[in-house]
Amino acid sequence: MERLRRTMMFVPASNPGMLRDAILYGADSIMFDLEDSISLREKDTSRFLLYQALKTFDYSSTETVVRINSLDAGGVEDIHAMVRAGIDCIRLPKTTCAQDVLDAESVILEAEKKCGREVGSTKMLAAIEDPMGVLNALSIAQSSKRLIGIALGSEDYVTAMKTRRYSDRNSEEIFFARSMIVHAARAAGIAALDTVFSDVNDMETLRKETEFIKQLGFDGKSVINPRQIPVVNKVYTPTEKEISNALDVIHAIEEANRRGSGVIALNGKMIDKPIVERAERILALAKAAGIKIPEN
Amino acid sequence: MKNTVGRDIPQEYAEKYGVFEGQYAKKTSYQRASGKVTPVHPGESKLVGSIREAIEKCGLKDGMTISFHHHFREGDYVLNMVMDEIAKMGIKNLYLAPSSIANVHEPLIEHIKNGVVTGITSSGLRDKVGLAISQGIMKNPVIIRSHGGRARAIETGALHIDVAFLGVPSADEYGNANGSHGNAICGSLGYAKVDAEYADKVVLITDNLVPYPNTPISIPQNLVDYVVKVDAIGDPNGIAKGATRFTSNPKELLIAEIGSKVIVNSPYFKNGFSFQSGSGGSTLAVARFLAEEMRERGIKAGFILGGITSNMVEMLEEGLAEKIIDTQSFDRGAAESLARNENHYEISASFYANPGNKGAAVNNLDVVVLSALEVDTDFNVNVLTGSDGAIRGASGGHCDTAAGAKLSMILTPLVRGRIPTIVEKVNTVITPGEGIDVVVTEIGIAINPRRQDLIDALKDSGIPQFTIEELKEKAYKIAGTPDPIEYEDQVVALVEYRDGSIIDVVRKIKE
Repeated sequence: MERLRRTMMFVPASNPGMLRDAILYGADSIMFDLEDSISLREKDTSRFLLYQALKTFDYSSTETVVRINSLDAGGVEDIHAMVRAGIDCIRLPKTTCAQDVLDAESVILEAEKKCGREVGSTKMLAAIEDPMGVLNALSIAQSSKRLIGIALGSEDYVTAMKTRRYSDRNSEEIFFARSMIVHAARAAGIAALDTVFSDVNDMETLRKETEFIKQLGFDGKSVINPRQIPVVNKVYTPTEKEISNALDVIHAIEEANRRGSGVIALNGKMIDKPIVERAERILALAKAAGIKIPEN
Repeated sequence: MKNTVGRDIPQEYAEKYGVFEGQYAKKTSYQRASGKVTPVHPGESKLVGSIREAIEKCGLKDGMTISFHHHFREGDYVLNMVMDEIAKMGIKNLYLAPSSIANVHEPLIEHIKNGVVTGITSSGLRDKVGLAISQGIMKNPVIIRSHGGRARAIETGALHIDVAFLGVPSADEYGNANGSHGNAICGSLGYAKVDAEYADKVVLITDNLVPYPNTPISIPQNLVDYVVKVDAIGDPNGIAKGATRFTSNPKELLIAEIGSKVIVNSPYFKNGFSFQSGSGGSTLAVARFLAEEMRERGIKAGFILGGITSNMVEMLEEGLAEKIIDTQSFDRGAAESLARNENHYEISASFYANPGNKGAAVNNLDVVVLSALEVDTDFNVNVLTGSDGAIRGASGGHCDTAAGAKLSMILTPLVRGRIPTIVEKVNTVITPGEGIDVVVTEIGIAINPRRQDLIDALKDSGIPQFTIEELKEKAYKIAGTPDPIEYEDQVVALVEYRDGSIIDVVRKIKE
């Protein structure tokens, strides 16, 4: 079963308290930041601090992701330290084309070999943050086996597009980018992650925006404050009806398997592979939301 | 001599006060103390021109005991005003018995150094005064008393007040006063009510003199000797300072949410239940999560006790609670509610928490949510001394409510800064572990093994349960094992349990 990525929480790597507490809030992935939230003079200390945190704290089964600096601005050092620290996934900033992914991948490969980590075990995530990246989304998404997903970073993107965020107007300015990214991700069979919502006190707009990106097909959203996590997770929590339908689908399949029957029908409708996949995903989301699913 | 929480109490204090033997160990009948009364005849005025004149008329002399209340908290002008005047008059060797001491009372340090004040009893001591005391500037140890313990000491006569100087937000010339009307309103006058009843001389100090009769009457004229009008008794902003900020700290919110879940899954969460929660951070936020659950499940509280804040007032007004019983109002919203809502009722500190009277309100409490500086593996709680060993907190109603409530919860992060909060042995015991039922942290809870019923009740709640030792180990793993604080021999404070026995002592911190 594919890992759920409803929420990916940004944590600045310069803050020891936040590094320690990041595990507490139920984010599916924690994204430690070495890039934009870290001032130039703190780059080295933050990298060192994050390395120690990854070696010291128990992040349990939560996915650990690190946003590195660009390769020409400390990203190579970032990769070597993080691969060594056992990070699950390296997030590339400002990916504009497939070559960006390949360049980083060769550094990761070198780092894995150097520290004796299994080759290929470090995953990658590409953040697309400008018009070129959006237009190249498909080739980026298909560029490496290490890629687990692509993510939209909208702040740089809207600036490059000579606009700004209009959260009060359905964010139509990023609709095209969102559509490109979710299509590219689906075509490549990897996750699509939406951009952050930066007003940490406006939970209502966050909820609406999350409902919209869920409707588009995104796996989840980046969050910048733990308080945003329950709001996003709640949107991704299936309804009782969805859960009982999903259970019916799974039971029908089990029943058909028991009988050795090839064709499966439920309430007069045929069940095919996409329906099963959707049912499995709904049950996984329900379980992640703490809903108890009856065994039989 | 060791008491039952394992603290070594020096012989002289053990003999004088007795040592702690258990939270309900003492049940002694006594003759209630009473203050001296000087009758006031028709035609005599109680209004005096200045604080100095009031001090003179009261006959304040060297060696007497004076008291104040702390309803104005960090906004209090009264204590400093009166102490300055007393110092100018050359009176020395006073015993100071305010209900608590705040940061704003820093000038006390000079009064101690100059011999104006040579003895103190208080609920607590903050920052600079606390540090100075912990550095040993006073020969006699401060006696730390809980709010209920102070009321008991006054009513039994263990603490006799010669003159009470009571700041009141409104009064008439004949001494009827309340805290809910005026410029610097503080709401309930719960602590002051006890002093007014038992002190030999009672001086009201107000900045809002109103025509006779001033109603509602919290402190009645028949207990009051003199009334003084001053320009200002307090800073309204300081009165509510810090107490009612709604936390946006995600960790505090997480702890609060878990705390609320504990209550909801406990056997006490049913119609008519009662609760009290503290004023800061997580403890205040619990009420918000709890209110959501109450709405969802259609459960109403019978009463809220406290320590009252605006959000509790909102619960009263929304119909989530039937009554509020208020010994101290933490913010303006609470103070204003007391003035207008007859279901918001003012009580004295004795009514609230005195273990020696004929039944205090804490005895009727189902749930109390408290905070802590440290909790140890015996569930003992410290709310008084900081990680440097200096006195910086207050006993408050901590041990009173813990002893009274059926479910006493401590909310605390596992680690604060670099310091573990769950420890092997707390620095100073204020509330004995036998009164604490559940410790709530951001990673889960530890239930006192004495409460197997709660362990069972919360088994399927989805809240991670640990032993208190496991929580301690997790805290130590993050922050390391703390070095013991180094003290000298001199005892700088005696910590009385609410029944008057000594539960712990605080010693001078090593230079």
